[in-house]
Amino acid sequence: MSNGAGALDGASSVDAAALAKQARDGNLDPHALLDATFHAMNRVEGGARPLNAFLHRDEQGARSDAANLRAGGGETRSLFGVPVAVKDNIATLRMPTGCGSRILEGYVSPFEATVVTRLREAGALIVAKTNMDEFAMGSSTENSAYGPTRNPLDLDRVPGGSSGGSAAAVAAGVVRIAIGSETGGSVRQPASFCGVVGVKPTYGRVSRYGLVAFASSLDQVGVFGRNVDDAALGLEAIAGHDRMDSTSDRRDAPALRPTSTTRTSALPLAGTVIGRPVEYFPESLDAGVRATCDRALDALRLLGAEVRDVSLPHTDLAIPVYYIVAPAEASSNLARFDGVRYGMRVELDALRSMYEATRSQGFGAEVTRRIVLGTYVLSAGYYDAYYLRAQEVRRRIRRDFLNVFSSGVQVLFTPTAPTTAFRLGAVSDPYELYLSDIFTVTANLAGVPAMSLPVGRVEGLPVGGQLIAAHWDEATMFGVAAALERALGESAHR
Amino acid sequence: MAITEADVRHVAALARLEVEGPRLDALVRELNGILVHMDVLQRIDMGDGQASNSDVRDVETAGAGAGAPLREDEPSSGALAREREAFAPAYRDGFFLVPRLASHE
Repeated sequence: MSNGAGALDGASSVDAAALAKQARDGNLDPHALLDATFHAMNRVEGGARPLNAFLHRDEQGARSDAANLRAGGGETRSLFGVPVAVKDNIATLRMPTGCGSRILEGYVSPFEATVVTRLREAGALIVAKTNMDEFAMGSSTENSAYGPTRNPLDLDRVPGGSSGGSAAAVAAGVVRIAIGSETGGSVRQPASFCGVVGVKPTYGRVSRYGLVAFASSLDQVGVFGRNVDDAALGLEAIAGHDRMDSTSDRRDAPALRPTSTTRTSALPLAGTVIGRPVEYFPESLDAGVRATCDRALDALRLLGAEVRDVSLPHTDLAIPVYYIVAPAEASSNLARFDGVRYGMRVELDALRSMYEATRSQGFGAEVTRRIVLGTYVLSAGYYDAYYLRAQEVRRRIRRDFLNVFSSGVQVLFTPTAPTTAFRLGAVSDPYELYLSDIFTVTANLAGVPAMSLPVGRVEGLPVGGQLIAAHWDEATMFGVAAALERALGESAHR
Repeated sequence: MAITEADVRHVAALARLEVEGPRLDALVRELNGILVHMDVLQRIDMGDGQASNSDVRDVETAGAGAGAPLREDEPSSGALAREREAFAPAYRDGFFLVPRLASHE
């Protein structure tokens, strides 16, 4: 058996909601749950081929929080005693926040991210920080300064990225819920590669206070779950307005967990129109991924949904647009890592040499590449040719979505990624790796919510199906996801 | 639009990065390999609908029916999670001590 595949511990064989209920009712000791969690963590990180999913652990802090769960009305907490892992670019007080980068090695934030505070208030026990592509720049978690994370389902393959550590933590059965972040698909793509559920909420739905900024007009905190219900429970806990984030929206967070109708009705999607964007099913699409997604579309029809072909005509421009906008914003956001304010410093006598030496030694190859690319497209003479055009096309991509969702379509269904998980080291050309985000970046550019859930396997490797909804309509998206998950049953995992 | 070695040197200097030797060669090659795919944007008819910052804001708050919500202008405690002294390697008489720099070159 591999380090993680299928080896579920006691901590992960029951839904997070059921775990929380058992713990609230006194039928499960949260400390026993932590024992199982850290035992599982030791198991997957031991041996000759560790997953390398976890960068920091906080057993003492988790046990301290577990001892205080009943204080202050704790009996109602939705995540009472549920262990949760958090990506290394989200600020925690008791563990370092290093973004998978040498430049932030050992950095401990003086404040806590709002999502972490909300998880703890909901009763979650924060057990670890997870590995990631440096500053969330990557699609395979091979760009971490602390080595790549392996895919628990096949240790020779990548887990996807950039939130690969969180995806692997859930897929290996160490935790039921993990937190990641998205700029161009960094939750959905690893969810697809690892056979778990991954959600990117609407831009503005979840506070980014304490999320280290990569590209501010795209970044959003996301959630991984072992199943749709776990992901819904996690997102419910962190969603909603936060005065500390000016891009956080004021509307109330919706209830996302499946209703009894979704759970029991024979035709829960009767009256629902599902769009199938033709641009996401090109001739070149991997045959296995296509066949698996076609079966999922058949399942949606059997659930009562009408499946309608639609067009999002600017889809083929999304990768060029994304790889102009995101590096441009990153080049600005990462200017703060200069050897003065955070993390490492290369000691030199002259200020400019100190900046340059610190940044050159602190940042890895992909981060350096994107900073240079971003600075280039923003520089005089190239701004109009690249950045301004990219913004205009971004506007058109968003309009494509608004047009489809105003035509009666409620949810779109697409493959999450064009392939299944590839082998470690198999993709070295930067642009080829960027193309693995081809079906996910559009939702970030448009700001709409999207999620990936397992819909089947090709040669033993998971295939994710992506659902995309209109702005703020996570509830409908989760309803479709829950119905599809129930209909596919075990076939989604074999 | 091919990017040259001089372009990369110039941009790296703007970004406060040292890039020389094999790394410089690799960056020139990689950036040209990436930017060739961006040239498709040159074929877009921009018409008169050029994006502006307000469009970006519109993207960010799509569906909200209003601009980005502003935080109430109220004083807050500004409480820190740790003592001020803990934020820097050295602190004395209310000041953070920083390394002496010989020049600002």
